[in-house]
Amino acid sequence: MYIYDQHDKTLIGERVAQYRRQTDDYLAGKLPDEVFLPLRLQNGLYVQRLAPMLRINIPYGMVSATQLRTLAHITRKYDKGYAHFTTRQNIQLNWPQLEEVPDILTELAAVEMQGIQSSGSCIRNVTSDEFAGINADEIEDPRPWCEIIRQWSTLHPEFAFLPRKFKIAVTGAKTDRAAIQVHDIGLQVLKNADNEVGFKVLVGGGLGRSPAIGVAIKDFLPAKHLLTYLEAILRVYNRYGRRDNKYKARIKILVKAWTAEVFADKVEQEWLQEIDSPSTLTDEVIAHAKAFFTSPAYETIDGESSEAKLQSLAAEQVAFGKWRDRNVIGHKVPGYCAVHLSLKPTGVAPGDVTDSQLEAIADLADRYSFSEVRVTHHQNLVLGDVKLSELPELWQAAKQLGFATPSIGTLVDMICCPGGDFCALANAKSIPVAEAIQRRFDDLDYLYDLGDIKLNISGCMNACGHHHVGNIGILGVDKKGEEFYQVQLGGSALDDASLGKVLGPSFYAHEIPDVLERILNIYVEQRIEGESFLDTQRRIGIAPFKEFIYAKAA
Amino acid sequence: MPKLLKDQTIVDNGWQILPKDFDGVLPEGPCFVPLGYWLANKHNLQSPESIGVWLDAEQEPEQLADDIGKLQHLAVNFPSFMDGRGFSIARLIRERYQFSGELRAIGHIVPDQLFYLSRCGFNAFCLDALALDHEAEDSHKLEDYLATFSVTYQACVNEQQPLFRRRQA
Repeated sequence: MYIYDQHDKTLIGERVAQYRRQTDDYLAGKLPDEVFLPLRLQNGLYVQRLAPMLRINIPYGMVSATQLRTLAHITRKYDKGYAHFTTRQNIQLNWPQLEEVPDILTELAAVEMQGIQSSGSCIRNVTSDEFAGINADEIEDPRPWCEIIRQWSTLHPEFAFLPRKFKIAVTGAKTDRAAIQVHDIGLQVLKNADNEVGFKVLVGGGLGRSPAIGVAIKDFLPAKHLLTYLEAILRVYNRYGRRDNKYKARIKILVKAWTAEVFADKVEQEWLQEIDSPSTLTDEVIAHAKAFFTSPAYETIDGESSEAKLQSLAAEQVAFGKWRDRNVIGHKVPGYCAVHLSLKPTGVAPGDVTDSQLEAIADLADRYSFSEVRVTHHQNLVLGDVKLSELPELWQAAKQLGFATPSIGTLVDMICCPGGDFCALANAKSIPVAEAIQRRFDDLDYLYDLGDIKLNISGCMNACGHHHVGNIGILGVDKKGEEFYQVQLGGSALDDASLGKVLGPSFYAHEIPDVLERILNIYVEQRIEGESFLDTQRRIGIAPFKEFIYAKAA
Repeated sequence: MPKLLKDQTIVDNGWQILPKDFDGVLPEGPCFVPLGYWLANKHNLQSPESIGVWLDAEQEPEQLADDIGKLQHLAVNFPSFMDGRGFSIARLIRERYQFSGELRAIGHIVPDQLFYLSRCGFNAFCLDALALDHEAEDSHKLEDYLATFSVTYQACVNEQQPLFRRRQA
């Protein structure tokens, strides 16, 4: 993991002091609401339906055991003893007191954590692949690049008052697990024919009211130009992005209005003026960043012998085998694996954890995975470096703690926003819908037979639950004060990214489990051997689903 | 007399800002003329010590590229403190067009933006633009806002080397 030096520590300390003064001025009536608003947002503090909400960055998803223990302590001391992992590798507190936020930030700073630019119209927390550095399909570890971007974007003086929020994601793998096609900027680390590292640069992806898939404006940007090129994109957006209508202010609207070609050309012209400026990365700087993300002290393990033992255990204990099949992922180092800790047990809001669970996760990380944990954008956690030989023990421990729900990637491993229970923006509740679905679909064999299905639920069109890119997406809508739910089919955030299409008129909350059951029945009837839900849906289109569901409902 | 925070000192501000649609004869005393007026009349405006040019947020500093060497006073308007276009305009004026005179932030800005504004090249701020009440001024001196942070990651007008190069040095 990245470790702060005295520069980083000084900066974060000065940031906390600044925010403490801003809070004091606000409470003393010296800062009006409309001025305090962007200042608190850029430190992560929203004012929500029931209380303020504090969003804390977990840069590119990496969090240490020590940091988790501090988070646990903070939820106990300043909140109600739980926290919520979001879809962008952040963690949120739902009940902090505005007056105490400077103290919370002080405690976070002591373990090198912060909420800088976690909300507001600025460059947000940079996100990445939860298997960065450990997956065999990786071209290069994206985390050094993420850290370089994190530092560049932190308190950037030119880009703190953008037309709208701005999100950057980076993947270094052949398979995109960072949803780079639905970010304002998506970066894919590549190597060219001469084995030089660079980036494919996508712009203009995003969800929200006008969902869009990002378009490539640079097929290969040599790595040293990363920051000058990002700066050119941000400058073009800052100058020309719309500011008259917040729903048309994201970069995707500008890219569409100009066309990708015109936008790319404008960026190119801007970039060529600054190319080779001092913000160009040097070999030493890149090596310095990479030095923080070296491999931990892996043991040399006979992977085949570990594997044989696990297979015999799986034969004896079916539950272990099922858990391993769904929740354990391969690793580039023989004898190691990555393990999902599921935060999706039935009856708990997806992504929620208690203080004692946070501490238990820290203990598991210390015991099994070099004291590090990764946060996924599917609102689960991953222990990245677990010895195969310790899997049975870890499984027992995870089961006792409630983290072993063997459902990763299935229908019930849903992405879900906090919804109308917590969020001031929401049109409808989302958590009770998620729970009703989990209760209806509780037969694991049926879920395994259905295979990988991404079900994403948002409580409003701001799309924090990423409903557009769910294979099945559910969107809460408000019609004359009543909550309804629109269903979409066919979205994906992977390499084959696509936006879902609306099935038809929306449903009451209580109808959703039945509607889902019918959708799944069509899939089961129509699938050809080996086809996933998404494959089948794409092959047969939306019409058969539409006919069946609305005919029966009528 | 209205006040100006200039180069970290509060001084009198005798400059007028002429409206965007200004036309006709210039008033007495130093003034900022709007960009459009400047472009139409620049050949008759040969007194850089008392005539400056102001740009609005949507205007292009590129239009001033040929004139910057002749000017000593420029201003950029912030229609709202949430409108960040002026930060980019200021960097272009300083870094691309090498303007070394006074660059003034006018319109609506707030004290907590002074640090970023000065990093982007502004060195003068109208106090009425800052919309300060006096109590706030007392608790935290205006000049202090310019020194909120002693560490900066990025290269910008006031620090041409990014931290990653200074760290290596």
